[in-house]
Amino acid sequence: MSAAQTHRLSIGGMHCAGCVATVENALKGVPGVESASVNLAERTALVSGSAAPEALIASVKQAGYDAALLRGPEDDAARAAQEAAHYRALLRKTWAAGAVGFPLFLGDLLGWLPMLDSGGAQLFWGFVGLATLAVLVYAGGHFFVGAWKAFRAHNATMDTLIALGTGSAWVYSMLVVILPESVPALSRHAYFEAAAVIIALLNLGQALEMRARGRTSQAIRRLIGLQPKTARVVRDGREVDVPIEDVGLDDTVRVRPGEKIPVDGMVIDGHSSVDESMLTGEPMPVEKGPGDYVVGGTINRSGTFLFQAKRIGADTALARIIELVRRAQSTKPPIGRLVDRISAVFVPAVLIVAIVTFLAWYNFGPEPRAAYVFVATMTVLIIACPCALGLATPISIMVGVGKAAEYGVLIRNGEALQRAGQLTTIVVDKTGTVTAGRPAVTAVVPAAGWDEQELLRLAASLEAGSEHPLAQAVVEAANARGVALARAGDFAAVTGRGVRGAVAGRHLLFGNARLLAEYGIEPGALAERARALAAEGQTPMYLAVDGAAAGVIAVADPIKPGSREAIARLHALGLKVVMLTGDNRATAEAVARAVAIDEVHAEVLPEDKAGKVAALQARGEVVGMVGDGINDAPALAQADVGFAIGTGADVAIESADVALMRGSLHGIADAIAVSTATLRNIKQNLFGAFVYNTFGIPIAGGALYPFFGLLLNPMIAGAAMALSSVTVVTNANRLRFFDAKSAHRRARAAPARVPAAEPAGTSARTSA
Amino acid sequence: MSWLVNLAGVAAIAFVVWWFWLSRPRAVRAESGPIDILVENGVYTPSVIEVPAGAPVRLRFLRKDPNPCAEEVRFDDLGVSAELPVGTRREVTVVPAVPGEYAFTCQMRMYRGTLIAR
Repeated sequence: MSAAQTHRLSIGGMHCAGCVATVENALKGVPGVESASVNLAERTALVSGSAAPEALIASVKQAGYDAALLRGPEDDAARAAQEAAHYRALLRKTWAAGAVGFPLFLGDLLGWLPMLDSGGAQLFWGFVGLATLAVLVYAGGHFFVGAWKAFRAHNATMDTLIALGTGSAWVYSMLVVILPESVPALSRHAYFEAAAVIIALLNLGQALEMRARGRTSQAIRRLIGLQPKTARVVRDGREVDVPIEDVGLDDTVRVRPGEKIPVDGMVIDGHSSVDESMLTGEPMPVEKGPGDYVVGGTINRSGTFLFQAKRIGADTALARIIELVRRAQSTKPPIGRLVDRISAVFVPAVLIVAIVTFLAWYNFGPEPRAAYVFVATMTVLIIACPCALGLATPISIMVGVGKAAEYGVLIRNGEALQRAGQLTTIVVDKTGTVTAGRPAVTAVVPAAGWDEQELLRLAASLEAGSEHPLAQAVVEAANARGVALARAGDFAAVTGRGVRGAVAGRHLLFGNARLLAEYGIEPGALAERARALAAEGQTPMYLAVDGAAAGVIAVADPIKPGSREAIARLHALGLKVVMLTGDNRATAEAVARAVAIDEVHAEVLPEDKAGKVAALQARGEVVGMVGDGINDAPALAQADVGFAIGTGADVAIESADVALMRGSLHGIADAIAVSTATLRNIKQNLFGAFVYNTFGIPIAGGALYPFFGLLLNPMIAGAAMALSSVTVVTNANRLRFFDAKSAHRRARAAPARVPAAEPAGTSARTSA
Repeated sequence: MSWLVNLAGVAAIAFVVWWFWLSRPRAVRAESGPIDILVENGVYTPSVIEVPAGAPVRLRFLRKDPNPCAEEVRFDDLGVSAELPVGTRREVTVVPAVPGEYAFTCQMRMYRGTLIAR
């Protein structure tokens, strides 16, 4: 049997009719392809057959072209329509069953219905029985069909319980109506209203649950909603609006102010600032110019620009994020495993409890015995709710993972989520995590007779041609202050010391203290300032002009805005923060002091990072490691939870358990706060579902009857059962209103910080 | 009469234990090519599938049940899950590396099936 499916691919790099044949042959060469046709004008290929899209793309790429799968308009619209139709069907069934059940229930309550003591009454009840049968078939038919199918597959489901409960109510009542003599006089009561009302309640419960479930996927729908519907593409020199599905690779796309960027690509003309907060959670807009990467779904703020589409369809960052969140939402944390084992045996176990209940009432129950036997057994079947148990974990994960995505935090799976909620220590890398990762000028100290502008102008003019990161920091600082640079001559690098050259006829030296000493220049009062700057973790560089010291320019990797507050939030969540860095100790300690880090390991070689994480774990810490996901891969893998800290929306989640789309440490605090809250929510749900079933089932069976004479009405059981899964879903929905920023107040009590012995020389403790 | 009812009750319990826990439907053996699985009325049909261990298995799910319970199939032990659109076949590839039994279920574990890798 073949699964003929049609895929539409966008093909990049095709220029002529010859390419068409090459691509077509490449596609037809893939096993399973029945037909392939390439459209040169649209630069698309339509392929049908059973071949996987990945195989098709690989084959086209091998032929020297680029290819990407084009999505149809998101199938979520169709899905939403289906769900709406199913919801309406459930409501119709609720009304139909309620229309029969409710009047009967009221009539029974008020004593308006005839007793079963005459032929006329028998006829009346016979009609009621047929009406109830119609309800069972129309509004409850799916329960019965499901129960039968499951039975044949040696499986028992919720349908089994409902079908047995309501079915036996109908059969018993019909027996009472047709053959009253077969039942003791006191037990001659019909339970048609119970069957109909229970069916109505269960349909209503399913409808409500569906409604509530819809809200649990709000986060993913918000992400899907970010995808614009159309794009303005330049074709044959004209700009045309085309549906998003028709944007091909390498198409040139125009984006005007206020518009959403349709797909991922590279800016080729124009400048603008782009709001990426919807993906990264980072509130500041990002400046974009030629050569910069823009991401589909983000919003262009000010300027107009042209960009070339580089990733389309399912390959865009947004599409991959949606896919990641979807996948994560359907995974389960270890905490859910026990429940899974219980729910695997749950329904047959309830059937056994029901039989035991039946026998207990039959052997020991009071008169009217047949009625008691019947009511207790039916109530046990109806009240048991495997769904609440089964739903407890996945529904909270669904909301929690979605909530995390709103903060720009992508959690890979339920296991990562559970462990993130249990961390005791966070290990961070300094460069690029706590600090910006690129040096900048942090202080300009002129000697007497000089001013800052002139100092920067000379130093930057000298360094303009240099590739060195420190030199670039000086040039950038000069540019930022609008200083016009002069031409430099006689430029020469003095290895390990600095540079020399001439600017505007003056001889310049720019470098460290040793450079000055070599040329016999006395730094004077500047030396003291330079030492102070170095102690703060900055790198001071002297500028000497015509043989005399003119000033000091200090460069440092500045601490990212927000690092300090983020670390304070981690402390408030009860975590210890440890910093690893390859940098020297003075710099590392200075940074640690500035952001109140608890423990510092300086001069750590990249390959030793994983060992440091293991050492912390050996001390009994549950360690989360924050890194860039590429250089730190072994340490991320060693840690209990690896956080890949990203820049922008370029996701590298494969290397980590949690990926942060923004570069700030706040993402870590958000991730941990959301995880902790989700875990708490799951525990509430599990507790609720367990308590409900462990108390509900015995009470339904009549455990309280010998003491209080209390026996549940089966209709109450039906209402409780319908409500129990709605309650679980509603509780999970509360997570939607979770605010990570205010989470410290309810955080776990901070564990006592026990100072641990550290090998001397590689680490230092700093006061917070 | 009353001992008859009690006997019937005990027999019913024995039947539940035997039918739902001790026995199971005959396994469908996977030949080459994907296996089609129908998702309808609370059951996967077929629900017990025998496959060779260590090789990728292609399972093609066709969901006909619009109830949201059925919208997902998950192989918890294999770390695979997939969303099933109503009325469209969805192929899922799993690799049971080690011989053994691998359950596949819906989110709520009411739909259940077993993959037996030999």
